[in-house]
Amino acid sequence: MDFSLNEEQELLRQTVREFAENEIKPLREELDEKEEFSIPLTQKMADLGLFGILIPPEYDGMQMDYLSYCIVVEELARVDGCQAATVAAGNSLGSCPVACYGSEEQKKALLPKLAAGKLWGFGLTEPNAGSDAGGTQTTAVKKSDKWILNGSKIFITNAATDITLGSTIQTVTGEREGGKKVYTCFLVKQDTPGYSAKPMHKKMTWRSSNTAEIYLEDVELTDADILGGEGEGFHQMLETLDSGRLAIAAMGVGGAQGALETAVAYAKERRQFGRPIGKFQALAFRMADMATEVEAARSLLYRACWLKDSGRPFSMEAAMIKLYASEVMKRAADGAVQILGGYGLMEEYPAAKFYRDQRLLEIGEGTSEMQRLVISRKLGL
Amino acid sequence: MNLFVFVKRVPDTESKIKIDHEKRTIVEEGLNFVLSPYDEYAVEEALRLREAKGGRVVIFSVGAETSKVILKKCLAMGADDAVLLKDEAPESYDGLRTSKVIAKALQTKFKDFDLLLFGRQSMGADNAQVPSMTAELLGLPQVNVVTKLEIEGNRGTAEREIEGASEKVSFSLPAVISAQKGLNEPRYETLKGIMAAKRKEIPVLTVEDLGLSAADLAPQLKMTGLESPPVRQAGTVIDDEPVIAAKKIVEFLREKAKVI
Repeated sequence: MDFSLNEEQELLRQTVREFAENEIKPLREELDEKEEFSIPLTQKMADLGLFGILIPPEYDGMQMDYLSYCIVVEELARVDGCQAATVAAGNSLGSCPVACYGSEEQKKALLPKLAAGKLWGFGLTEPNAGSDAGGTQTTAVKKSDKWILNGSKIFITNAATDITLGSTIQTVTGEREGGKKVYTCFLVKQDTPGYSAKPMHKKMTWRSSNTAEIYLEDVELTDADILGGEGEGFHQMLETLDSGRLAIAAMGVGGAQGALETAVAYAKERRQFGRPIGKFQALAFRMADMATEVEAARSLLYRACWLKDSGRPFSMEAAMIKLYASEVMKRAADGAVQILGGYGLMEEYPAAKFYRDQRLLEIGEGTSEMQRLVISRKLGL
Repeated sequence: MNLFVFVKRVPDTESKIKIDHEKRTIVEEGLNFVLSPYDEYAVEEALRLREAKGGRVVIFSVGAETSKVILKKCLAMGADDAVLLKDEAPESYDGLRTSKVIAKALQTKFKDFDLLLFGRQSMGADNAQVPSMTAELLGLPQVNVVTKLEIEGNRGTAEREIEGASEKVSFSLPAVISAQKGLNEPRYETLKGIMAAKRKEIPVLTVEDLGLSAADLAPQLKMTGLESPPVRQAGTVIDDEPVIAAKKIVEFLREKAKVI
């Protein structure tokens, strides 16, 4: 067993950490307060190559392994979950489905642009279809050689920015014998008539990442716009979510690490009763527990990445680490708020943002309840 | 242009340094090592010169195998090649020894260069000797603590910091310059650069390969003691009526601090 990262992974971690500290941290509070998605910052992350991590080199990407990808997301989330979200959604949900299931023509047309930092959404969730994908109401009906799409999507990351090129939209295209729906995904460009995406505001969490509602009214597409084949949508979405869970878990590990570091730094400086508060065992032990959990989560995350990178089944471990890392970050962020005391409640201090940003992780890309369902089914229950 | 840059692996400036008193050195275990920050300015300047004038950037480091990581970083930033001048000896803090290794490598194996770039000093040892000593050993013009550099044909002009002013120096190539903060803003390595660096081999030349004998390398400097700086004493608090407190502060500044 060898737990060491290779030189490139170490270098990657160092680079992204420096970038996050120098370029993201100074903007973090202001962007969050204004609920602003920053195009210049996104472009800077793209210049570093953070949007082409999983894209093959023939389409201008880096095609790094999943472990490297998760290290990037982890280091971004250590400083700012919002920018980590933009990058994670850009890779796992934006470019990945196109790279995995797209035709040569689709890949050529889209992937180099996505690698350079243009964004692409992943339209799965609907107002009446969250955990229950069977409730999907967006439809695509074939009329002669056209497909007509109608419906709406909600909570779609990266789907309504000025640098968004479009979104993958899952639709119902029919019914199999026995009543099972047939799902098909379409690649829909932003300027398609009848298609609109608008940013959602007043968010508690991930405020400087872009979250969109999408409306489709008689959107006309052709067979050439189908991702993969007709009827493959359900499978594509499941596979995409399996891998996407690893990136969400990386956000949990990174965010928990950031919260822990915030707490430790404060506990060394803040003095009460004549000594730094970190010298009091009640607080010191809590931070020891936080550190232990972060390390346990990181180990499970890296192992799940290793399973995927070495072509082994990983969906149970992906569900486990998505569940676990989200909850580890919950306890770490809660600990950070508690240790910062009154300052933990103030937005000028980073603990509050870790606390708010954590909350999404137990909900997005499959709620914790759904992860437990996946895991328990793997146990044969 | 052939641009050679010389870099050193040093403890991260944020590390907490512990001293091994017996060995008179720092405890390396548990430390995070990085490319010395001033060296980053030298690498960046070389990359910019190459982008403007063409040519190649080759990075050298004198040290153990562990120095390969910082060479990889320089490759990831965009350097064309990197060479490890392998020296397994522990840190001697002897700048002349390092300069001899560099000078010998340049005289015997890498003769073709236009500019040698260094950081003004390595972070940690802070001796600021190697650039000047190398220049002297090779008989080359040198400009230290450079904040602005321009190369035109086979001549260069550099601005350097001196006490309270800046000095402009003109020199002929080949030459040695040492970089100061402010010379440029170093770039981040890109993911593409990291992947490209992964594929590049780093050739290793040992001090023996360079034909250096033990006598050549015998340290001329002996570390006789190494201590942490004394812990800062708590300050004096003057808690009095403003009129009296002001008098006491003036008295302190005159008698104790001797600044007025």
